[in-house]
Amino acid sequence: MDDSVRRESGGYIGQSVPRREDKNLLLGQGNFVADIQLPGMVHAAFARSPLPHAKIVSVDVTAARAMNGVCFAASGDDVMAALPPINGMQVVAPQGWRDRVDTDILIPDQPLIPNDKLRYVGEAFALVVADSRYIAEDALELIEPDLKALQPLPDAESALVDGAPLVHEHLGRNVAAFLHAKKGAGAEGLEAASHRLKRRFVHHRYAAMPMECRGVVADYDTRTDTLTIWSSTQVVHWVRREVATALGMPEERVRCIAPDVGGGFGGKGHVYPEDILVAWLAREIGRPVKWVEDRHEHILNAAHSRDNIYDVEIGFDDDGKILALTSSFLVDSGAYTPVGAGIAGNSIAHMLGPYHIENYETDCKVVLTNRTPNAPYRGAGRPEVAFAMERSVDLVANHLGLDPAEVRFRNMIPPEDMPYEVGLTYRDGVAMIYDSGDYPSALRSALAELGGLETIRQRQKDALSEGRYLGLGLGCYVEGTGVGPFEGATVKIDPTGKIMVATGACPQGQGHETIFAQFAADMWQVPIDDVFVTVADTGHVTQGYGTIASRSTVTASGAIKLATDEVHEKVFAIAANLLETAETDLELRDAGVGVKGVPDMHVSYRDIATAAKPGWGHQRPDGVVAGLEATSYYEPPTVTWSYAANATLVEIDPETGQIAIEKYVEVHDAGVLVNPKLADGQVKGGLVQGLGGALLEELAYDDHGQLLTGSLMDYLLPSASDVPPLAVIHQETPSLLNAFGVKGLGEGGAIAPPVVIANAVCDALRPFKAELNSTPVRWAEIAMFFDQNG
Amino acid sequence: MKPASFDHLLPTSLHEALEMLNTHAPDARPLAGGQSLVPMMNFRLARPTVLVDLNRISDLAYISDAGDHLAIGAMTRERTIENSGLVRTATPLLYDATLHIGHLPIRSRGTIGGSLSNADPAAEYPATVLALDATLVAQSVRGERTISAAEFFDGVMTTTLEPDEILTEIRMPKAPPGSGSALVEISRRHGDFALAGVAAQITLDGNSVTDIRLAACGVGPGPIRLAESEMILRERGLSDDALAAAGGAAAAATDPDGDVHATAAYRRKLAGVMTKRAVGKAAARARQSA
Ligand SMILES: Cc1cc2nc3c(=O)[nH]c(=O)nc-3n(C[C@H](O)[C@H](O)[C@H](O)COP(=O)(O)OP(=O)(O)OC[C@H]3O[C@@H](n4cnc5c(N)ncnc54)[C@H](O)[C@@H]3O)c2cc1C
Repeated sequence: MDDSVRRESGGYIGQSVPRREDKNLLLGQGNFVADIQLPGMVHAAFARSPLPHAKIVSVDVTAARAMNGVCFAASGDDVMAALPPINGMQVVAPQGWRDRVDTDILIPDQPLIPNDKLRYVGEAFALVVADSRYIAEDALELIEPDLKALQPLPDAESALVDGAPLVHEHLGRNVAAFLHAKKGAGAEGLEAASHRLKRRFVHHRYAAMPMECRGVVADYDTRTDTLTIWSSTQVVHWVRREVATALGMPEERVRCIAPDVGGGFGGKGHVYPEDILVAWLAREIGRPVKWVEDRHEHILNAAHSRDNIYDVEIGFDDDGKILALTSSFLVDSGAYTPVGAGIAGNSIAHMLGPYHIENYETDCKVVLTNRTPNAPYRGAGRPEVAFAMERSVDLVANHLGLDPAEVRFRNMIPPEDMPYEVGLTYRDGVAMIYDSGDYPSALRSALAELGGLETIRQRQKDALSEGRYLGLGLGCYVEGTGVGPFEGATVKIDPTGKIMVATGACPQGQGHETIFAQFAADMWQVPIDDVFVTVADTGHVTQGYGTIASRSTVTASGAIKLATDEVHEKVFAIAANLLETAETDLELRDAGVGVKGVPDMHVSYRDIATAAKPGWGHQRPDGVVAGLEATSYYEPPTVTWSYAANATLVEIDPETGQIAIEKYVEVHDAGVLVNPKLADGQVKGGLVQGLGGALLEELAYDDHGQLLTGSLMDYLLPSASDVPPLAVIHQETPSLLNAFGVKGLGEGGAIAPPVVIANAVCDALRPFKAELNSTPVRWAEIAMFFDQNG
Repeated sequence: MKPASFDHLLPTSLHEALEMLNTHAPDARPLAGGQSLVPMMNFRLARPTVLVDLNRISDLAYISDAGDHLAIGAMTRERTIENSGLVRTATPLLYDATLHIGHLPIRSRGTIGGSLSNADPAAEYPATVLALDATLVAQSVRGERTISAAEFFDGVMTTTLEPDEILTEIRMPKAPPGSGSALVEISRRHGDFALAGVAAQITLDGNSVTDIRLAACGVGPGPIRLAESEMILRERGLSDDALAAAGGAAAAATDPDGDVHATAAYRRKLAGVMTKRAVGKAAARARQSA
């Protein structure tokens, strides 16, 4: 569909329609899991391991169970007896990808509550259910675990040492996955390069840290044998599937709803043991059960992310043209791998970014350790490779005495080479093709927004002569978005003529109800208020995938379109019957169907819905079955490729090493923008999280595997007063892969800031040839360069 | 993160509160703004069985002019201090310090008495009262006593208050006319506890320093009076050399711990830098007001 036509015709796509979600939220009428109150509801709490690695000798819950106000208590043994493990529930990786990428994967199953060993600080070993959370926490103190401490594996490198103890004995090794991929001549390509640089890049551990922690409420109805679960999740259908499987119930008898969700960012993108356990408890106890994760639990137990080490070698010629790149990296996966090898797969696929590089070879170990499990968080494997790649590009520039901007321009894929075949396989098993975009123009705009390269360099020189240190930081990336396997949607015309849309998308603040209404309003030519959107409820759409991985705008719009196309056919057939006209003379207009060029000849959707009814008096033509409703599943051919150029200008305080960010720019391209204001919000939110990761947020462990940052006094999130001036500029190069030309943009903002800040600081410290090759960027380290250089 | 169970007592007079504290000590704790005590209870790091809530005692919150000093009731909110014209003119260092405490919602509840009794080594008020040689008034059923700021702090989050005592008043000496003051600190985010901070009050005569008071926060088990730096500046004035020496002496006087936010060495270095900056800013203000 031609977007410019659509806009001229006054469609909703492309307009900053205000979020329909906001009214309730702003009036304090949001309904989050913690707000749910049901009659007779009881409260669960979990006893969590104080040790990173321990053998469970015994866990005695007798005293807790006997406490006044406690209605249930269970150890790992009790849970194992009631809910024995089921094979095949652990996510691994799509077969197509495993077939094409050289892999050796051994994914450990994660027990609901272990009864043999505890593998990270925060892993549950028992649970209690009581009349209130207060009583439940009192009862936790009465549980007596007999734990035998085992030697901890505090990080990936310690887990790879010969003879290191095993996190999962039955796997026989501490590596969940060995991966390998190659393009061109691979490592051999380095040999032809006249210059070679080798560096280690370390990307530290941080996490999604949504404002709302996780939470689950479950209610079992004995009469109908149905379970209703409210979970603060990004994947209601996945929760339903696992609960149904674990409890031996048909999926139809389990309904999972994600009510208002206060952020997810990937951290709520998979099923956790608590989702299943709380559902089980509700059925077992016969009362509604609530568990709301507190912040301390969240920090210990909700998935962490990042935490990679890259050893990179880059080969280039005298002009700064990159000829080959090798990368050998470790992912510290923690004790389990909730989404298999997916993050590492992303890293492998995204390393080359917007550059044309002939030869590339990479191998990866996903390593099991005694840290909290690692799962995708906004960016999911991309910030890590962007850090390694974009630091490398700056090092190439410094090595040759070229401007880092110039080296980027020299290596970027030019727009005339689009679509560009990368020569690698994506996570969905399909050969990677960048579908569209203009990478150099994005970088040019980013530089222009900061005053232009020449002006920036002049300012920098002038400042230096006054003893002030300004630095320009650049960072570019590409991002595969709108990934499959599918998304589902049901579209109906209500008897009142209103358009009802339900999708498997499962938002956490993105504004899906608004943008899907925009899509549907345009597809049906109705005022947007006539569209009613339901998200995040398995009761409304049979199969869905969920909102992870910058995918919902692309995949759910595709599903809505397929379902709509199907209903359109019937609507035209019935309207033709009612208006006694040929279908080809009809068009959608004014909340109904009209004869082209004849204003008076029009039937409303309400009339068409009445005509479509089953039974007496229907007015369907022969062969058109009753009802105006369709459910469809969109299976994208592969991913669409968003990209961005980032640039920032910083000033360093030479005495303290503090970094003041004058301005931070991201020029982003996500194809056609459905709602520019929401797109801005997504990119800005991502940037703030990326800056948090660059400068503040850190899940720090000591050498014994203890987490040192167990509260928000120690895990520092950026707050409003820590956000520098941000500029977001959009390029709109439509995707060629879908009807609307859209690409995903949920994650992008978070990808580049760590490397952009590191590059900016190194640029400011160029007089000292300083290198910062690890995150977070620490003031103390910066100050040291000044101390060392007098 | 739910507290262990406790009794919540709501006295309406100081006398009643002191009686309650006396009856239940040492398991009872006074509750002021709750901004430090309640989080510690939620983590079950503090487990008082009785809370004596001071929030209904109206005559513990006041700021009054007592001639050479301001008398400030212990239950005065940080936000009230921030908004007080009297504080701003009579004890500008206290005003400056207040601006660095947390965020508005925290200052709206947190009290000066709570902050001092809590004695967080990185908090601004302890360093401020130490720099100004303020006097603290404590009461118990046994009577009233006054404690000098220097004698009040006793290591990490510990004071010389007895378990049955309530801090009731802080007597802040007024800044001498023509003096200048500043609290300068560095923290990782706006509103965080300081990695290192220095409170300075200075009186100048031309370029020479006639009086100077310096205290640091965040760089030791408690607030630290920077006596050596004070002496250097009193003797040598405000030359760059003297400032550098004073910074060096400040760094040497500190005894910081390293943690996830900063290493000990970095904190010590910052103490020196903050000393120079606090003195510079205070001196500039002194010149302005002279
Ligand atoms: C997010 C956050 C950021 C913060 N940032 C800062 C900061 O940057 N700088 C800073 O200085 N502070 C900061 N604070 C702490 C804040 O200033 C607190 O209010 C203060 O430390 C304690 O004051 P309170 O009135 O809340 O005391 P409470 O929490 O009620 O009590 C603290 C302790 O003092 C005792 N106590 C209270 N009043 C008395 C009394 N009159 N007599 C005897 N004992 C008493 C209590 O029993 C308790 O042990 C921050 C707090 C938060 C939550």
